[in-house]
Amino acid sequence: MGRPLIHRSPMPGLGLSLGITLTMLSLVVLLPIGALLLKGANYGLAGIWETVNRERVWAALFLSFRLSLLAALFNLVFGVVLAWVLVRYRFPGRRILDAVVDLPFALPTAVAGIALTALYAPNGLFGQLAAGIGWKIAYTQWGIFIALVFVGLPFVTRTVQPVVEEIEREVEEASATLGASRLHTIRHVILPMLTPAALTGFALALARAVGEYGSVIFIAGNIPLVTEIAPLLIVIQLEEFNYDAAAAIGIAMLLISFAMLLVINLIQVWSRRRIGYV
Amino acid sequence: MTPASHYPQTILGLVPYRPMNPTHSRNLKEKTMLATITLAGTVTAQGPVVSAHADGRVTIADGLRRLTGWPVSRVLKGTLSALAVALLALGAAPSKVQAESLLNVSYDPTRELYRELNEAFAAFWTAQGNEAPSIEVSHGGSGSQARAVIDGLEAQVVTLALASDIDKIAAAGKLPADWQSKLPHNSSPYTSTIVFLVREGNPKGIKDWGDLVAEGVEVITPNPKTSGGARWNYLAAWAWAEKNGKDPKEFVGALYKNVPVLDTGARGSTTTFAQRGIGDVLLAWENEAYLALNEIGEDQFDIVVPSVSVLAEPPVALVEGNIKSDDQRKLAEAYLDYIYSPEGQALAFKHYYRAWDNSKANPEDVARFPQLELVDIASFGGWAKVQPEHFGDGGIFDQIYVPK
Repeated sequence: MGRPLIHRSPMPGLGLSLGITLTMLSLVVLLPIGALLLKGANYGLAGIWETVNRERVWAALFLSFRLSLLAALFNLVFGVVLAWVLVRYRFPGRRILDAVVDLPFALPTAVAGIALTALYAPNGLFGQLAAGIGWKIAYTQWGIFIALVFVGLPFVTRTVQPVVEEIEREVEEASATLGASRLHTIRHVILPMLTPAALTGFALALARAVGEYGSVIFIAGNIPLVTEIAPLLIVIQLEEFNYDAAAAIGIAMLLISFAMLLVINLIQVWSRRRIGYV
Repeated sequence: MTPASHYPQTILGLVPYRPMNPTHSRNLKEKTMLATITLAGTVTAQGPVVSAHADGRVTIADGLRRLTGWPVSRVLKGTLSALAVALLALGAAPSKVQAESLLNVSYDPTRELYRELNEAFAAFWTAQGNEAPSIEVSHGGSGSQARAVIDGLEAQVVTLALASDIDKIAAAGKLPADWQSKLPHNSSPYTSTIVFLVREGNPKGIKDWGDLVAEGVEVITPNPKTSGGARWNYLAAWAWAEKNGKDPKEFVGALYKNVPVLDTGARGSTTTFAQRGIGDVLLAWENEAYLALNEIGEDQFDIVVPSVSVLAEPPVALVEGNIKSDDQRKLAEAYLDYIYSPEGQALAFKHYYRAWDNSKANPEDVARFPQLELVDIASFGGWAKVQPEHFGDGGIFDQIYVPK
C-alpha cells in the first residue's frame, strides 16, 4: 500500500498554523540558543572546556544542579499532595488556596528573593526561630533550597491537578471492592495514573530552578565554592566583559539540563510503556 | 499507528496536550475538503465543502444544514496583516527623537545626587534662553551599565564608578581612547572614599583595617567581580596592608575569609548589613554610609574612618558615538560642565561626595569630611594594570577562593 510522503491533513489551516509555530519557535527559542552556541563555537571546544574545568565552576554547577534536583523532588511530593487536596476535598478557603498556588508565577523573582531573605535572615520572623536551635537558613544552601522550592511549586501542582480531576471515584471504589487495601489502591491504581503528569511537572520545576537567578541571589550569600550558583558565575564573567567564558558556562548548563530532561523523558516513556496509557 | 491514545501526550515530553479529536478526522475521506467559514463575522462553522461561489464564499455541510460564508483564512489574513501593521507602527512611533534630550547612564549610589543635579541644571539651561531639556538618568551596577552602553543603549553621557568601565566603552569605539584627559581632574568631578559603618557603640572595637581580620569579626562587602565599589574596598585594604608592612595578598585573603555574604552590588550589601542585621562592619562608600545614617537612624550605626583609604574617582564622559546633533552635543557638554561649576560642586558636597570647588558649597557640608590618608589609583599602577591583575579571571581575588 503506497503511502504519500506528506499526508495532506483533512484539517484545514495546517500550513498557516505550522508557519506561525515555526516562526515563533525560531524567534523565541532557536535564535537565542543558536546565538549562544555560535558564540561558543567561536570560542572553540578547548576554550569551553578550559573555562568549565575549574574547581570553582564545577562547584557552582554541582551546587546549582544538586539543589535544583532536591527542590524539584520536594515539589514533586508536595505538589502532588497539594493537587490532590485541592481537587478532592471541599473546605472553606479552597478557592483562595487554589489561587495562592499561582503566586510564585506572578511575583517578580527579585521580590520573592527579598521577601524570603527578610523572613529567613537571622533577624527575620522564621530566621529568629531557626537561629534559636542553631540553624542558619538565609545565606546558606538551605536558603537557596527554599527559594528554589518557592519558584518551582506551581509547576507540579498545576500539571497534576487536571489529571486528578479526571480520575473517577469508581476506579478507586472498584479497587476497594476487589479487596485492595487503601495503600495498595494508591500505589497500584492512583499513582500510576498521576506519574506522567507529575514527571512533566517535575521536569518543568527542575528546569526553572536550574535557571533561577533573581530570587536566589538575595538569599544565597554568594560565597565562592559554598553558596555560589552557576548563573551568578555567568553574570560575573559578563561583568568582566568576558562574553566567551560566559557563553561557555551557559553552554555547559544547557548541555547538563538537556541531558537531565532527556533522562526524565525516557523515564516517562518507560513508565508509560510499563503501565500503559491511562 | 498507535491506538487512540488520550492523555497525556506531550510535546518534547514537557508540555501536555490533547490531540484534537483524532478519530473524527481520521474517518473522513481525504478527498472531501474541509473548510472553516465565518458567519456574520463572529460565529465559525466547519464542514466538508459542498460548493464554492464566484464571490469567494463557500457552502459547507454541517450535519443536516447547509451554511454559506467566507472562508476563515481570508479573514485571518486580513486580521494578521492589520496586526502586523499595528505592531510596526508601535515599533516605529517611539523612535522619533526629541532633539533636546539627554540620557545619563550612571551607577548605583548616585541616585540622590543626579535627581537634584538634573533639576538644577534644567533650571540653569532654561534661564539661558534654551528650551527645557528632558534629562533621564539610568542607574545600576557600574559594569552592567557600561555593558548596556556598549550593546547599544543610547547614552550621551556616562557617569560611572570606574574609569576601567568607561575604557571598555571606548574600546568598543563609542568614544576616543583619551577621553579621561578631556575634563579636569581626570574627568572626575567628585571623589569619594571608603569608610567603615559599624553598629552603634562599636561593640567589636573596630578602629582600622587591621581589626577586620580578627577572629569572629564579620565583614560585609560586595563581590569585587560584580561591583565597582567593592573593588575600591579591596584596594583600600590592600593599600593599608602595604603601608603597615603586612603581606597585602595574605591580608586581603584573611579579610575575605571573614565575609559571610558577598552581595552583587553596593546597595545589596548596605541592605544586608542595615536591614538584615548581618555582620559587624560594612565597607561602604562614604556617601552610602552617611545615607544609611540619615535614612535608617543615627542611633543604630557609627561611622569609623580608617587611617588609610582610597581616593575613588568616579569619572564622567561624553559618549561621542551617541551624539546625534550639534544641539544635543551643546546640551551634553553644558551638562558635564555644570557638574564642574560651583553650583554643581556644591550639590556634590551636599550629597556627601568630596568635590573639588567648595566656593559655593555650604561650609558645614565641606567640614564634615574627616581628614585621612588617601591613596589614588595611579599609585596602584592605574586601572589598566589593576583590573586584570587583581580582578581578572584567575587574578589575585580569584586565588583567595581556590581551595587549598
